[in-house]
Amino acid sequence: MINNSKTNKTDFLQGNIACAEGAIMAGCKFFAGYPITPASEIAHHLSKRMFEVDGTFIQTEDEIAAIANIVGASWGGVKSMTATSGPGISLMQENIGLAVATETPCVIVNVQRGAPSTGSPSVHLQGDILQSKFGSQGDYQIIALAPASPQEMFDFTIKAFNLAEQFRTPVFVLSDSLVGHMRERVNFPLQEELILSERKKLEHYQGIHQKIFLDEEVAPMPVFGKGLKANITGSTHKEDGFRNVSDPKIMDNAIKKLTNKILKHKEEIIEINEHEIDDAEVAILSYGLTSRAVLETVKIARKNGIKVGSFRPITVWPFPEEEVEKLSRRVKTIIVCENNLGQLFPFVKSAACEHCKVISLPPKVLGTLYYPEEILEKIKEVI
Amino acid sequence: MVYIDKEACKGCGICISVCPKNILAFTKDLNQKGVPYPKMIDEDKCTLCENCMIYCPDFAVVVKKDDK
Amino acid sequence: MEKKINHPLQKYFRGPINYTTCPGCGNGIISQAILWAIEDLAMDFDKFAFVSGIGCSGWIPSPSYNTDVLHVTHGRSIAFATGLKLATPNIKVIVTAGDGDTSAIGGNHFIHACRRNIDLTMICVNNQIYGMTGGQVAPSTPYHSKTTTTPYGSIERPFDLSQVAISAGATMVARWTTFQARQLRKSIAKAILHNGFSFIEIISQCPVQYGKVIGKRNNAVDMLMDYKNRSINVRKAKKLSPDEVKDKIVVGEFIEDKQVPELTQEVKRLRKEAVSRCQK
Repeated sequence: MINNSKTNKTDFLQGNIACAEGAIMAGCKFFAGYPITPASEIAHHLSKRMFEVDGTFIQTEDEIAAIANIVGASWGGVKSMTATSGPGISLMQENIGLAVATETPCVIVNVQRGAPSTGSPSVHLQGDILQSKFGSQGDYQIIALAPASPQEMFDFTIKAFNLAEQFRTPVFVLSDSLVGHMRERVNFPLQEELILSERKKLEHYQGIHQKIFLDEEVAPMPVFGKGLKANITGSTHKEDGFRNVSDPKIMDNAIKKLTNKILKHKEEIIEINEHEIDDAEVAILSYGLTSRAVLETVKIARKNGIKVGSFRPITVWPFPEEEVEKLSRRVKTIIVCENNLGQLFPFVKSAACEHCKVISLPPKVLGTLYYPEEILEKIKEVI
Repeated sequence: MVYIDKEACKGCGICISVCPKNILAFTKDLNQKGVPYPKMIDEDKCTLCENCMIYCPDFAVVVKKDDK
Repeated sequence: MEKKINHPLQKYFRGPINYTTCPGCGNGIISQAILWAIEDLAMDFDKFAFVSGIGCSGWIPSPSYNTDVLHVTHGRSIAFATGLKLATPNIKVIVTAGDGDTSAIGGNHFIHACRRNIDLTMICVNNQIYGMTGGQVAPSTPYHSKTTTTPYGSIERPFDLSQVAISAGATMVARWTTFQARQLRKSIAKAILHNGFSFIEIISQCPVQYGKVIGKRNNAVDMLMDYKNRSINVRKAKKLSPDEVKDKIVVGEFIEDKQVPELTQEVKRLRKEAVSRCQK
């Protein structure tokens, strides 16, 4: 395993372990988590590694405490992370809302599993796409990245930390049990090649009404214990942190500033992988693991002279609305392939705005991989 | 000396009840909140024990040794 | 005198002292006890952080105290404080929570913090009712009490929070009522210095909501005098039969154990161990 080595290193790693190593490389110094299949390996690995890098690992009493712990640690000035699966995310939702409202950078890894309820813990399902965006109360924005391989578990975890630090917000890594448990080659970058973001910190105490919240360009964050007199609350507050829970105008300002902080920077945040899309008549939109079957399908289709391309949002949230809209003007049909009954589909359909046909195509059996043939069959149907 | 910030007072009467010398009493006046507030009735008996200060839930009482 | 002069504790406040609690609420007495304890210890207030949850108790430090204050979700203050303390072990972290915060919605975090012996000072304001939400029964409400959600009288026995803390492994536990403000102040000072999880339970009057339950509505003075009459020190109580202490409030410092390893120091030990293993 890497230890701040000076040379590039390649390893054959499980996705969950790659994620844990990515966190360490990103400078994560605090991990809190509760055992859950299929995310536990991240905790196993970090329970050893965190202490080696002068960090802290804690196995909490439940997932509610895990998210609370990482938010608390983040205010202590360290990069922090938790990892869980759907049921854990459900428990965390209230405090995810608090992290959003108090603008706390942190990373939440969700290794998704079969659902609803206890569901099928070791079956992969992209079941928490909506839960990760809409699970907590009120209007808010979240950032979520969907990896498709152990390499991406590594890379996207680093990216998640960078986005969390840049935008002072919780960021999701939306993996699933197959990506989490898959073993593949992972290349580690050189430490000096890495670009790591650090939060904008409040340097000096600037008086009782210092502006530490609700700046669309991201306000500086006071770290605890440095005499900065941080005034943090989950109640509706103003730029200085003072609560006002009766004036709708204050709430309106808070909601809009928090939302705009993400939406105004969509271009910086959103990343899309396009493949063979330029002349495509049919685009297949997929994310995470399913995008791998889609790439294979595109390859086969192209061999057969069918003009198909792949459109893969790396950032599932914020939803790449403009990009999908542009896509819809270029192609005749968008087929949405996701390992669920169509969680992102309504968003694609609404962004496509009747410019083209939009079809939802879940795998024949939920929780299994797509066969390229079943996607091809659909493509042939629509062209 | 016992100083009472009458506008900070909510009129709960705790200071009066914890005074060992029984030398605090409600005024007949009301403050802007519309509640009666305490008044020192016999300064000479005051021992500066600070009970009225540390029991006041509204930080409305200050006990200070005289600077004279 | 009616002359306005600054309160000696004013320096600990972000702005003018203005608690919006009901007349006679125990919160203010407890707030004073916390701040007097810090004043007595002559410690730098910047080296303190306060974490509080939802309920009237959450508003003791937030936003009033002029230091780092984290006001979080209902019941979770200990969990947030745990993360904060682990990340910045050099600061003193004080949690203020109510009885519902501590033992109902946050019961799990509470017992686990006791077990972990993390160096937090927990101030539990036990007014034996849900005050802010309208006087509903709490896990600490006396048996058979009529509240807004137990119109026939409560049919569940209450928790003895200090005993829960002791059983769960807290290494310093004390209970006082707001009537023992001076003893409370001393115990809080001791708790701040205690290297481990300290739990200070304060039986505190809620004249508006709990006052209704015991028929002393809006009368903080009667409630305080009731505490005075019913309080019995733990040393005395030990010599009496359970029947004799049945209606009493047992107060005092219950335990102080300095032998149990503290969590953040254990973390430091693990880091050293991990690094030395790597080097081998």
